[in-house]
Amino acid sequence: MMTDFFFKLRKASVPVTLTEFLTLLEALNQRVTAHSVEEFYYLARAALVKDERYYDRFDQVFASHFKGLETLFDGLAGVSVPLEWLRKLAELTLSEEDQQLIEAMGGWEKLMETFAQRMAEQEGRHQGGNKWIGTAGTSPYGAYGYNPEGIRIGQDVSRHRRAVKVWDRREFRNLDDTVELGTRNIKVALRRLRRFAREGAVEELDLDDTIRSTARNAGWLDLKMVPERHNAVKVLLFLDVGGSMDDHVRACEELFSAARSEFKHLEYFYFHNMVYEGLWKDNRRRYTEKIDTLTVLHTFTRDYKLILVGDATMSPYEITYPGGSVEHFNPEAGDVWINRLLAVWPQAIWLNPQTPNRWSYIPSIQMVRELMDDRMYPLTLEGLEQGIRALQRAR
Amino acid sequence: MTEGRFRGTERYVATDDLMMAVNAAVTLGRPLLVKGEPGTGKTQLAEEVARALDRPFIQWHIKSTVKAQQGLYEYDAVSRLRDSQLGEARVHDIGNYIVKGKLWEAFSADVQPVLLIDEIDKADIEFPNDLLLELDRMEFYVYETRQTIRAVHRPIIIITSNNEKELPDAFLRRCFFHYIRFPDKETMERIVRVHYPDLKKHLLSEALETFFEIREAPGLKKRPSTSELLDWIKLLVAEDIPPEALRGDQRKLIPPLYGALLKNEQDVHLFERLLFMSRRKKD
Repeated sequence: MMTDFFFKLRKASVPVTLTEFLTLLEALNQRVTAHSVEEFYYLARAALVKDERYYDRFDQVFASHFKGLETLFDGLAGVSVPLEWLRKLAELTLSEEDQQLIEAMGGWEKLMETFAQRMAEQEGRHQGGNKWIGTAGTSPYGAYGYNPEGIRIGQDVSRHRRAVKVWDRREFRNLDDTVELGTRNIKVALRRLRRFAREGAVEELDLDDTIRSTARNAGWLDLKMVPERHNAVKVLLFLDVGGSMDDHVRACEELFSAARSEFKHLEYFYFHNMVYEGLWKDNRRRYTEKIDTLTVLHTFTRDYKLILVGDATMSPYEITYPGGSVEHFNPEAGDVWINRLLAVWPQAIWLNPQTPNRWSYIPSIQMVRELMDDRMYPLTLEGLEQGIRALQRAR
Repeated sequence: MTEGRFRGTERYVATDDLMMAVNAAVTLGRPLLVKGEPGTGKTQLAEEVARALDRPFIQWHIKSTVKAQQGLYEYDAVSRLRDSQLGEARVHDIGNYIVKGKLWEAFSADVQPVLLIDEIDKADIEFPNDLLLELDRMEFYVYETRQTIRAVHRPIIIITSNNEKELPDAFLRRCFFHYIRFPDKETMERIVRVHYPDLKKHLLSEALETFFEIREAPGLKKRPSTSELLDWIKLLVAEDIPPEALRGDQRKLIPPLYGALLKNEQDVHLFERLLFMSRRKKD
């Protein structure tokens, strides 16, 4: 049962390893859970899943694999409680008097028998109810069936129903990295980009401070170190606005707002559908304050990384023919401009908010992809990460 | 089984899944990695675990300049050099210049301590990798004095991360992991009750209503978290604001003392606009 579960998780591309699986088995062996499916779920999740973005996938696998097996756990809960364990527990929680009472009833073995019997009886009766085994009354079962410290031996149908919901609710869906980006996701993704911005916290000698401190120390050497820090990542962001992008404008804006706080060197420009000779910085004044693309090309150095965000969904003429633009007459075709951009900034990617499975049906996306040397990625966390990795690769 | 189990404290409400993660980590002696939105009580968790289990608490706060080695020990070569210039006697024993780090402290404690490694993602990428063996075997080697430091009791290690950096897989494999979700209304009510036991019921429900309303406002730059809610309620109590005032009438759009909840000017404007629109729709 467990091994199957392990392989199912791997199949659902949750990155579980043997070490983690063994940890889970070890935890089960040490009886970390009290045999309830809910606790088992929590334990398995803590042991096997190491990133919240896999929670959702884990929930799905768990739900499908253990469907119908909750009842199995119910059975375990009552019948196979080890005797020593119970006894120890009872010693801790029962008073002298209670223990004598148990003796009077025929000792522990007898008690266990009755317990199992009672358990079986109750299973038939309490369908749909939520009654504990042995209520907290005068019955000796009650004394350990529901002790003040909350150790539970009985079963609680409603609890289980709730437990199943925990993974059926799929609350971690928006943490899955293959879904589209929300504000939170995007920040995570851009932080990953920032990670490359600072290359290690290498210490270097702070000569000025060393001299000052040594002098203050009456000539005794006092070395001062400072962490070496350089924020090297420069990003040029080209955003597509208007037209078919309207659906995606929100996602773009989120990317944009997140990006602004993550880099020191970030420049952004807007374009419509395709990059031509003019770009603009303020969407409201796009017709009055156009910036020459050539100027942009000449202003920013080669070490800038170029990120184009657009759905690349347009007429193929907009890419290949002069005058193909839907807005104005462009003397040079879009692909000419893209090639110019790539010549100046070889480290470039195109992020596309369209879902990848539609890419192959839209000719213009194919064309842009070819122009970009296949460096087009979906606007999801996963896509961003791949894109960022592509940006890192030296070209 | 009953003793040494963590069930939250009178000051800290732990959900079932969190309890399970903590208990599994404690039982197996593995580190527990805790992630979650800021302000959901990640750091506090370690303190409360220490309190609940009655263990000494050691905190190691990570900054971008902290190195893994500093958690083990540091060899203060500079002061040894200085001492040698002064001709002091203690210079002959190198052990005098070994400064114990937090991990050493935790390893050598007489009672099993709780060690908090706070915000591990702030450190260099290599930081978690450098601690792999130490956290796994709970021992390390001091080169200067040629001794091996072994943990007397495997400390309960709780690590928090704010997700600024991805942690290496090898490191993750050795930890239990828990993601603290933002509490739902029910849990939130319990949390507030724990902090303000004699809060008027009416005020509490009004405050929570307003709080979740703000949280759900679309497009906020920084959504208020649990700790901000608690601050806000503290202010409300201090200012003695009646529950009715929270509802906000037509003239006053934004809840009183909103500064505790919304920390960003744009967010305040956005929220005002949203409220204005929703009120107009109702009329």
